[in-house]
Amino acid sequence: MRHGKYPFVIGFLAAPVLLYSVFVIAPYAQAFQISMTNWRGLSAPKWVGFDNYRQLVEDHRFWQAIQHHLVLLLALPLITIAIALFFSFMLNVAGKSSGGKRSGVWGSGFYRVVFFFPQVLAVAIIAVLFQTVYRPNESGLINGVLMKIGLDPILFLVNPNIALWSILGVLVWQAVGFYVVLFSAGIASIPGEIYEAAEMDGATRVTLFFRVTLPLLWDTLQVAWVYLGIAAFDAFAVVAVLSVDNGGPDGATTVLALEIYRNAFTYSKYGYASAMGVALFFLTITFAVFTLRVTKRESVEY
Amino acid sequence: MGTQLTTTRTDQPDGPGPRPLPPVEKPRRRKRADRGEVSLLNGVGHLALFFWAVIVVVPIIWVFLASFKNTTEIFSSPWTLPAELRWENWGRAWTKANVGRYFLNSVLVVSCGTFLTMLLGSMAAYVLARYKFWGNRFIYYLFVSGLAFPVFLALVPLFFVVRNLGLLDTYTGLVLVYTAYSLPFTVFFLVAFFRTLPNSVAEAAMIDGASHTRLFFQVMLPMAKPGMISVTIFNIIGQWAQYQLPLVLVSSAKDKWVLTQGIADISVNAGYEADWSGLFAALTIAILPMIIVYAIFQRQIQSGLTAGAGK
Repeated sequence: MRHGKYPFVIGFLAAPVLLYSVFVIAPYAQAFQISMTNWRGLSAPKWVGFDNYRQLVEDHRFWQAIQHHLVLLLALPLITIAIALFFSFMLNVAGKSSGGKRSGVWGSGFYRVVFFFPQVLAVAIIAVLFQTVYRPNESGLINGVLMKIGLDPILFLVNPNIALWSILGVLVWQAVGFYVVLFSAGIASIPGEIYEAAEMDGATRVTLFFRVTLPLLWDTLQVAWVYLGIAAFDAFAVVAVLSVDNGGPDGATTVLALEIYRNAFTYSKYGYASAMGVALFFLTITFAVFTLRVTKRESVEY
Repeated sequence: MGTQLTTTRTDQPDGPGPRPLPPVEKPRRRKRADRGEVSLLNGVGHLALFFWAVIVVVPIIWVFLASFKNTTEIFSSPWTLPAELRWENWGRAWTKANVGRYFLNSVLVVSCGTFLTMLLGSMAAYVLARYKFWGNRFIYYLFVSGLAFPVFLALVPLFFVVRNLGLLDTYTGLVLVYTAYSLPFTVFFLVAFFRTLPNSVAEAAMIDGASHTRLFFQVMLPMAKPGMISVTIFNIIGQWAQYQLPLVLVSSAKDKWVLTQGIADISVNAGYEADWSGLFAALTIAILPMIIVYAIFQRQIQSGLTAGAGK
């Protein structure tokens, strides 16, 4: 394998590395630098040190966004994983066992296909779909029904108290199916004998779930939590398209990504937007490291 | 684990081995309670599964039906079948609202983007996985580090890099950026995959006089097919769903907008123009092909996407 190795290696790596450096690495590196300037696109950028960060700390919108991330960070993984775990247990273990092989309840295959479907739709399309579902008058899917039976319409996206939760609902709606399939794959790799032995010992399904499925699925759950957490730090497309007034009403649903986008491409405050990007970066990294640390435990051998 | 399981063994009538003092009443009562619990769980479970399926399917069917209605029907009878099949709503969305254009743009950008991603990604991954050379580790980690960074951090500088290269508002710019941002995962996944391929076949091919390049394209790439398919699916779905990159990079060239951008824009305008049925038709045109493709390839799509997540 010696002959002509280096020309080959360089030939194969040149294009991908160049493309990646220009469009990914260079912008990431520049972002930190721009965040220290007062650049607004017209004149040359001036170095201002940590001024943007100082401004950030006093920015009401910034803290609003952080607060929403914290809500999403707790609620999105918790709700999604709880629902997906229950469903994947139903679809893989809760059925009759025959010949030592566990199976799901009736219709498992069908449910798995249907639940997963939102995953292949673009989030922006889903957001438009839910805009019509949530519409506040009789043309909305939910309020159309509510008003027909004489109830008051729910102002999903207009009422600042429930707007964020309406958006969270969409995120959960989209995510559940994926995690059902992910957990199903994890459950499928748990040997059937373990369930059999547990059942012989008189374990009920609830015990099976908490004593067998849950501990043996721990690694997959950890991955799911990190993925959902990172999703909770993004949520750009759904908020940008679905919320009224871009993160409104009055900032009730705004997220950092949206504030970055708005500051950069509406107000041309590039330095300030980049400072927000750096803040987002540190939040995401902190979250990932923190989660992996906290959820670390002896993985169960089987 | 074993100890945890055996602690629950107290009341099995026909469990193996000697049991201490089995009370006569207890096992039967426990069994009945068991069955009750099981049927309750199963009942609630079935109901929940069915309910969730309804929640997933109903909005889509509802949009599909509304795409044939007129505005009066949409407002007065949100939950009935349309009086007639008004295909003109679809026609209006396709041509007047430019959905056809956006759709073809998406197809063009995603097919070029995915092809380029797979070509460059597999080349880089192959070299990084199977050749020892100075800087190998460094380049590998350079690629993988891209997985950890939020795209929004790079958005502002990226905009200026693309503008300075004269690629703003072009298909080329979009394809190159899609490719660059798809590389970290593609390389990460495929490096792991190429490492698992056997050495013997490669050596045999080398002895037969194949060049490095030929070895890659004619031997290794075909062997890596399962991994390649998974990553291709992952990239197609990811690039098809892109919203923020085109929003920033082709914002002022409306004829180059992709589908997600176009539909989001139509939903804003539908209110002003009171063309609600046009919006529903546009949404349906965006959703329907995905349903069809998913229905055909659902097995590969599910395993492809979860293989990506499991790594």
